[in-house]
Amino acid sequence: MPYALNVNGKSYSVDVDGDIPLLWVVRDVIGLTGTKFGCGIAMCGACTVHLSGQAVRSCITPVEDAANFDITTIEALGDAELGARVQKAWLEEEVVQCGYCQSGQIMSAAALLALNSKPTDEDIDSVMAGNICRCGTYPRIRSAIKLASSREG
Amino acid sequence: MGIVQTALSGEISRRSFLISATLAGGSLLIGSRIIQPAAAQSQDSFAPNPFIRIPPSGKIEVVVPSAEMGQGVYTGIATLVAEELEVPLDQVQVVAAPADPLRYAHPVLGDQLTGGSVTIRGFWEPMRRAGATARTMLVSAAAREWSVPEASCRAESGNVVHAESGRRLAYGALAAKAAGLPVPENVALKPASEFKLIGKDVPRVDTPAKVNGTAKFGLDAHPAGVKFAAIAISPAFGGTLKDVDDSEALRIKGVRQIVKLSDAVAVVADHTGAARKGLAALKITWDPGPNGDLNSEELERRIEAAVAGEAVVAHNSGDVTAAEATGAKGFDVVYRMPILAHTTMEPMNCTVHARPDSCDVWVGTQAAGRARKTAAEVLGLPVEKVMVHNHLIGGGFGRRLDIDGITMATRVAQHVQGPVQVVWSREEDIRHDSYRYLNLSRLSVKLGADGMPVSWRHRIVGPAIMARFLPIFFKDGVDFDITGGAESPYAIANKRVEYVRHEAPEGMLTGNWRGVGPNRNAPAIEGGIDEAAHLAGRDPVDYRRQLLAGNPRLLAVLNLAAERAGWGTPLDRGRALGVAVLPDFGSFAALVAQIHVDRNGALKVERLVCAADCGIAINPTVLEQQIESGLIYGLSAVLYGRLTMKNGAIVEGNFDDSPVLRINECPPIEVHLVPSTESPGGVGELGTPLVAPALANAIFAATGKRLRDLPIDGSALRGA
Repeated sequence: MPYALNVNGKSYSVDVDGDIPLLWVVRDVIGLTGTKFGCGIAMCGACTVHLSGQAVRSCITPVEDAANFDITTIEALGDAELGARVQKAWLEEEVVQCGYCQSGQIMSAAALLALNSKPTDEDIDSVMAGNICRCGTYPRIRSAIKLASSREG
Repeated sequence: MGIVQTALSGEISRRSFLISATLAGGSLLIGSRIIQPAAAQSQDSFAPNPFIRIPPSGKIEVVVPSAEMGQGVYTGIATLVAEELEVPLDQVQVVAAPADPLRYAHPVLGDQLTGGSVTIRGFWEPMRRAGATARTMLVSAAAREWSVPEASCRAESGNVVHAESGRRLAYGALAAKAAGLPVPENVALKPASEFKLIGKDVPRVDTPAKVNGTAKFGLDAHPAGVKFAAIAISPAFGGTLKDVDDSEALRIKGVRQIVKLSDAVAVVADHTGAARKGLAALKITWDPGPNGDLNSEELERRIEAAVAGEAVVAHNSGDVTAAEATGAKGFDVVYRMPILAHTTMEPMNCTVHARPDSCDVWVGTQAAGRARKTAAEVLGLPVEKVMVHNHLIGGGFGRRLDIDGITMATRVAQHVQGPVQVVWSREEDIRHDSYRYLNLSRLSVKLGADGMPVSWRHRIVGPAIMARFLPIFFKDGVDFDITGGAESPYAIANKRVEYVRHEAPEGMLTGNWRGVGPNRNAPAIEGGIDEAAHLAGRDPVDYRRQLLAGNPRLLAVLNLAAERAGWGTPLDRGRALGVAVLPDFGSFAALVAQIHVDRNGALKVERLVCAADCGIAINPTVLEQQIESGLIYGLSAVLYGRLTMKNGAIVEGNFDDSPVLRINECPPIEVHLVPSTESPGGVGELGTPLVAPALANAIFAATGKRLRDLPIDGSALRGA
């Protein structure tokens, strides 16, 4: 039975097993490749997407569980004011190196700021510790979150 | 000094010169039989060398021969070309070069490789020359068009301007005419005082696409009709596939095909989710092969035994044996390093479309030429029939200098109709890396009556990566990589560096790991100097100063880092500073680490203060990023990096049992750049080797415990 998904405001019907992780449906079936694969066990955060605004790891989220939510991926994050603000801060702080983890970092940061517009260092640590970066952009991620926070609209 | 210093002063400099000369006077048009870089090429395009294309309309293209893996090379190379071409960076379109070592080989490495922190050092002059050549020809073309002297025209922001008459023509409008002009042999390069882009914090060219999800990494290559494959490779190195029961896997929705190879099995499906589900449903029996009984204890026993083996001399000055007899006191110690994977964020993957007469490869690789060659060899095709589409790299660190994954993907694709993307799980990625193998340094030092070293004997035991990877850097039994930097910068009259080659078990690939040779040797050198200072009762910074008097650039960064870190200021109990220096990759750096060890032995890295002299900073922000990056990569390994072997296979497989540094553990980092007018040095690997010794020295200062084995063993600090 195909699953009806709402991704970035568009409707899709995907004919896959219900236990297939949302990550692969978004990437390989729908073709939105901004969401990345890093570990497959929710330990690195590269696959982070929003389900009705909540950050989730799409690599362990079965597609059948995502069907009832509005799914947002990095491709559409900038359509909202907060998402665009986070992306702009990321560029201004020159956070990015290889960039592979940054979709997930930005999705996690945007979800953090949506819940907590003025996060402390400890707040940043507790949420962003779920996202690994091997290039070592952590100090700049911290700065960019603070910059985006300081510009709350 | 690392291998590149050796190379630049030796045989390779000739190659470098030849390639530079080719760039300077290269043929005007790219011949039509040569594979064209990605974008369509108009006949009217102006392409005076392989690195610049100016079409009559549209953006100026800079073809970058090196792979972008986060180090900012697209920005760096484009900056060098644009500086001389007189165009703003936002008017430049960066295009990844195709695999073609004849045109795109790195001048120092002699192959189309991106690694060793040499990209900018090698291309610093050739790329500016490429830009200046094109600019000179465009000015000539305009002068002819207007029938005015060339000297009355100048290039400015992508136009040629004739000030007297106020006329101006965009480069695009001059392209066809410039293409008909002879390429000048000699062009003048700008003096540094006229730089508009070099030295400025120009925004990186690759980052906008990386924050909005449109950047394309190898894993994002989805050619029409692509299938997706999950792969299992023999867990034991050198093992083979014995038997597969695929009946259950083939019943899974979306699974199309099982590909069985001698040492691996892949499940091909409509999407990676089905492929992974199919792979999990396979019942695989492996023959572990010759290494099936090997475990970590045995590997460690073997390298310990190898220390006493026959060594070749990599460096010898003075008479160490005689000096050892005169030394008043000294020490004889062993530093050990573990097996490490690279653990790039983007797991290994490669997409291949193998046809009877041609092949396309979509991948992010640090070795495009070798990628093309291996695909051609697997398929029995001439290299010209293989097109490599190089992509952004989701983390290199040396891993993607090796092409084993491309070989494997091509072997799978050979059995598949249409393109197939082979995706390694994180577990497969960690268990089939090109590992930084075990490394052991035995250091024997004797001090004179004045407390200064009179003899320094350093015996290095480990694999010869260059013997396989770049044999020009393996001479008379000495591997220039593993011995890189081992002679140390310190003024010691009698020094000897010995090398005992000790390879990993057959079938276990060992390769280049960020920081390469200097990363293997810095813990022993910088730890050893600290031990000597302690034995002499001297302050570690003062002691180094005395031994570095003849090395002003290194001394300057040592002093700067010490000053900014507050060296000498009394600290609370349990808190201390440790220092390390590194003259390598053509740059000079010093790191002071501040750590705290509490009563329970819990270690916290509180602050890293780095000073660096990397010559002219083409883009200071990118330099700072790279130093931060190298330090954090090093810190992650020093705290956590250790893979173990059981039954011939790597035990750890994912971030749960093989942790890496996370943001909550990342200390504040300060980078202080020393202004310089010297040619640019390398920076991508500069930070990494400094971390282990600076941390170990700080721990010694705080606790009196000298930790010589990596990773740092927190349990050793309990009760300190």
